[in-house]
Amino acid sequence: MGYRRRKQPQIVLTIYIKREDRTKKMSYSSYIPLIPLLPLAGFVVLGIFGRKYFKRSSGIIGTFLLLVSTVLALYTAYQYFFVDGKVDGVYQPITAIKYTWLSFSKNVSIDMGIVLDPISVMMLVVVTFVSLMVHIFSLGYMKGEERFGTYYAFLGLFTFSMLGLVISTNLFQIYIFWELVGVSSYLLIGYYYDKPSAVAASKKAFIVTRFADLGFLIGILILAFYGKSLDIKTLIENINSSEFNTITAASLLGISALTWGLTLVFIGGAGKSAMFPLHIWLPDAMEGPTPVSALIHAATMVVAGVYLVARLFPLFTLSPAALSIITFVGLVSALLAAIIACTQTDIKRVLAYSTMSQIGYMMFALGISGYDGEGGLGYTASMFHLFTHAFFKSLLFLGAGAVIHMIHSNEMKDMGGLRKYMPITHITFLVACLAIAGIPPFAGFFSKEEILLAAYHSNKLVYAVALFTSGLTAFYMFRLYFSIFWRKNKQLHDHHQEGTVSMKLPLIILAICTVVAGLIPFGKYVSTRGLPLESHFDPVFSLAPVAFGIAGILLAMWMYKNETARPERISVGLGGIYKAAYRKFYIDEIYMFITKKIIFNLVGRPAAWIDRNVVDGTMNGIAWTTGKISAMIKGVQSGKVQSYTLYFFGGIIALAIIFLYLWK
Amino acid sequence: MSDIPISHILFVSTALFFIGMYGLFTRRNLITMLMSIELILNSVNINFVVFNKYLYPEKLDGIFFTIFIITIAAAEAAIAIAIIINLYRSHRSIDVEDASEMKY
Amino acid sequence: MNLSLLIILPLITAAGILLAKGLKQVRVIAFIGASLQLLLCLALLYFYHQERVKGNTTNFLFEDGYVWYRSLGFNYHVGVDGISVAMILLTAFVVIAAVLVSWKMEKMSKEFFFLLIFLSLGAYGFFISLDLFTLFFFLEIAVIPKFLLIGIWGSGKKEYSAMKLALMLMGGSSLVFVGLAGLYFNTNINGAHSFDILYVTQMQIPVHVQKIFFPFAFVGFGIFTALFPFHTWVPDGHSSAPTAASMFLAGISMKLGGYGCLRVATWLMPEAAKEYSTIIIVLACIAILYGAFATMMQTDLKYINAYSSVSHCGFILLGIGMLTKTAINGAVIQMVSHGLMTALFFAAIGMIYDRTHSRKVAQLGGLMKMLPFISTVFVIAGLCSLGLPGFSGFVAEMTVFMGSWEKGDMFYRVATIIACASIVVTAVYILRAVGSVIMGPVKNDEHLKLGDAGWNEKLAAALLIIGIIAIGLVPFWLTELIDPGTETIMNSIDKAVIVK
Repeated sequence: MGYRRRKQPQIVLTIYIKREDRTKKMSYSSYIPLIPLLPLAGFVVLGIFGRKYFKRSSGIIGTFLLLVSTVLALYTAYQYFFVDGKVDGVYQPITAIKYTWLSFSKNVSIDMGIVLDPISVMMLVVVTFVSLMVHIFSLGYMKGEERFGTYYAFLGLFTFSMLGLVISTNLFQIYIFWELVGVSSYLLIGYYYDKPSAVAASKKAFIVTRFADLGFLIGILILAFYGKSLDIKTLIENINSSEFNTITAASLLGISALTWGLTLVFIGGAGKSAMFPLHIWLPDAMEGPTPVSALIHAATMVVAGVYLVARLFPLFTLSPAALSIITFVGLVSALLAAIIACTQTDIKRVLAYSTMSQIGYMMFALGISGYDGEGGLGYTASMFHLFTHAFFKSLLFLGAGAVIHMIHSNEMKDMGGLRKYMPITHITFLVACLAIAGIPPFAGFFSKEEILLAAYHSNKLVYAVALFTSGLTAFYMFRLYFSIFWRKNKQLHDHHQEGTVSMKLPLIILAICTVVAGLIPFGKYVSTRGLPLESHFDPVFSLAPVAFGIAGILLAMWMYKNETARPERISVGLGGIYKAAYRKFYIDEIYMFITKKIIFNLVGRPAAWIDRNVVDGTMNGIAWTTGKISAMIKGVQSGKVQSYTLYFFGGIIALAIIFLYLWK
Repeated sequence: MSDIPISHILFVSTALFFIGMYGLFTRRNLITMLMSIELILNSVNINFVVFNKYLYPEKLDGIFFTIFIITIAAAEAAIAIAIIINLYRSHRSIDVEDASEMKY
Repeated sequence: MNLSLLIILPLITAAGILLAKGLKQVRVIAFIGASLQLLLCLALLYFYHQERVKGNTTNFLFEDGYVWYRSLGFNYHVGVDGISVAMILLTAFVVIAAVLVSWKMEKMSKEFFFLLIFLSLGAYGFFISLDLFTLFFFLEIAVIPKFLLIGIWGSGKKEYSAMKLALMLMGGSSLVFVGLAGLYFNTNINGAHSFDILYVTQMQIPVHVQKIFFPFAFVGFGIFTALFPFHTWVPDGHSSAPTAASMFLAGISMKLGGYGCLRVATWLMPEAAKEYSTIIIVLACIAILYGAFATMMQTDLKYINAYSSVSHCGFILLGIGMLTKTAINGAVIQMVSHGLMTALFFAAIGMIYDRTHSRKVAQLGGLMKMLPFISTVFVIAGLCSLGLPGFSGFVAEMTVFMGSWEKGDMFYRVATIIACASIVVTAVYILRAVGSVIMGPVKNDEHLKLGDAGWNEKLAAALLIIGIIAIGLVPFWLTELIDPGTETIMNSIDKAVIVK
């Protein structure tokens, strides 16, 4: 019953014995917290004072803070990968900071901390870098907006949450930042809050991901219960050790608790990463400002699900069932989204489906991956694709943003022939398209190559579907490209400039990254056990994917380069399939039916009705009955003094008779 | 004086009591009702005195009670008449049936 | 520190209000009184903490007592543990915010503020009581003024609501009294009985007696905290009450019940608590999910918040019903958290209503444009309600979930999952309200002229938000504050063995 002294936040230094490691962690812990905290500071300052005091300068403030973060993140990456991350040739996870935030019981507590390992350091770089690009781009794109300061505040909040997520040491810490990421996404999608469609989209995004988070939460509860810890490292150790073998024993419906827990956690990840069938929010989320889509809905937040699976990968390898679910979901998402993307006409929606498809790639790459040695290729490939995808997809979105900024429309039919008006956008967009289509030597080629290789070695069916999807990817991306920049030679009425320097600069930087990112020997740095993985570049194997990519590009060129009737004819020829794909396979409609018709009408309305009529009716009924009885007997209380005296004396006489004669 | 039997006096007090009762039941006028209550009280007083005198002549308890009741009755009458006057001021009547605002 | 100050200070304030003239004087006195209350409570927190740091491990600190009525064993006995300190702090925060939002209460201002301060007296007295009779006495003090507050200053069908609320709460307290009397007559000090809580905990109340009186006490207190199916006073009462009264009602009154369920029913009758825990959990789960679904269909902002209170208070009962330490900790945190959050929510709704004269979701829209501050407050309250990390609601809900999940049985698992599922439904109704009231196009052009919050409203909201964030960002101070208290309760629960 004793009162425990308050635990001071303490830096955990005792994991390694070596003295130099200790100083190493000290040096990390001195500046790494700044990486997430600077954007948070930006959020607080701009959120409270931005509206009044920094109306113009809030963009500069936010960008500057993030620039510092980015530099620190790059420095961290350099330190980790090249200076002292390796111990005996293996990249070790380093817990730089950890303190108890909320303690539930002796073992189970929510800790806030920072862990550095290859994937978290990589994500630090990706998030800060892309966020910085978006900050810079927004300086021009969002100029003159009324809530400019608020916009930068929200961007800061998002960046903070995302960084907090990737450096989490604790499963619950991930969940906390997971929710924060969700809410910043909600706020940013609903940035144009007076537009009903934006409000609806933000609501949808939040609710769908919240629904998925329910799975995540229950998954955490299951894992924490059986693993006796919430700390990821301890959890993995506990579950791997033999005394915790109850978790792998069959429990409910013949499925082990571990599989249940991991599958539920994966549902959370699938929701955030817009995997089928929880993807419906992502296309609608494009209602937000385009730079936001580039940051949140292309490069960072939507890959959180992939990151989550990668972070818990040692656990997932213990449950083949969970991994096969991941493979299946990833593959279906990749294919389905690619098909839908071929039919959409809103350029941001095409990009959204393309994002979903690419994340599907990352997911199934994790699903087919093993844990040891060469078998872990899928893991490395998935992370590699995550890394390169962040660059070229944000580049695509920013390019689309520049186009939309100029045309003031999202629809393909309003565009065409823009290559003359926006040369820089055109070139960078083309680079990104080539990258996503998997044409060498751009970044996407290398990462996709590794995924396909991993698929080839593990499951031929997966490989076939992935190969087909990569052809589709090339087709729909170049459909987009040709529709925007070629086709008709439309004369623009007003001769806009292509955009400010702040808008062009990020495009160029990202394009350069897209070109060089693929050349990084990624396997050397990121792999399942921290051991370097040799890359298996095999020109012969590459032939098929590249051929599919080029076929897709040529088909798109044939159909869309000039204005022809071909697309029309083909879509008519495909008939029902085209229509179904255009209507996104009616998944939205199914959801609407379930929520509006079933949840609202069959659950909500009856609940409200029962409450008002049955439950409250019972209460009122009791009151009514009491009232009626009271009305019946109140006639006796006539208010006539004489009758009262009569009752009084009558009563006395009655009592007198009772006591004198009857009570013997 | 000791010739008078106790029953005579008790008869008087009972008569007085029931006259008071009758008045209380039938009259609507508050003053009359007050007077009836005084009659009842006086009948009780007589009882006290008589029982004291005839049963315990060596004690004075009954007498004390009588004096006590007379005092109380005086105070009560004062308050009652004050209420009646106030009622008259507000209702222009001292009929008990007229003051029916607080009924039910 | 003398705990009776917590009773004397509101009394002095109330007397001062009676002597003051006009709205200006009255509200200044009320504000000063409420600020002093807040300072006093913070001082209490400080001194409490100091005592604990010094190593004082008695269950209750600052005990104090006078004999009230010797022959029946009624005593005035006060003392606090961490749980009470947390609740007292909550009360102070809500009271000062309630005074601030009623700054422009023109109608019968003297009586209004008097009653408000008087209510706070009842709440403080309730939370510091260590004698069941004193506890009951203050519980009654905290009920009756609400009838007047709603009946006189309310809106809508206020007479009906006031009557309903008063009747149901009085019904609850009469059940409570039966329970307390049951305890009283089963204590025995040399042939006399005692109402003293500390004494009752020493007594071994026979299990069959507990089984009879536990339901009375629990249901009685449960009515206060919206135990299904006795929750129907909540929507009507809250929606008719004036803003400050709603804040007080949802923020503090409903917590009186939760506190009573924990302190009196569960602690003093642990065997019965174990016996009935299944029923409590079932009722709590019904309240949580059914309250949430019923909220989804409401069209009036106050009804939305009132029904969501039913759902949120279900977490309190669930935590208590689970009878694990973490879950009970969670229940206490939820009491504090829900108190602050719902007060903030009602404050925001009140501010919107003062300006637009409407609470209908369908008639409001796009308020962010005109009322950025109030809208932000509304959004913050909403996000706290849907359990966003960084705000107190998250900490409370997660602690309850973790605590419930500790129980390995399938039944408890299902109950926890049902409770977890409510976070999705909560998100639906909160975002519906936020989406159509705060965001979206402006539905009524007259709203374009509205002015944002004044200093008093800003201060009120800021205080509550500070409370919410203080728990949400650094929850360990609160858990460590209440931990010894729950540990004491857990000790008696762990000792309890159900004899079949």
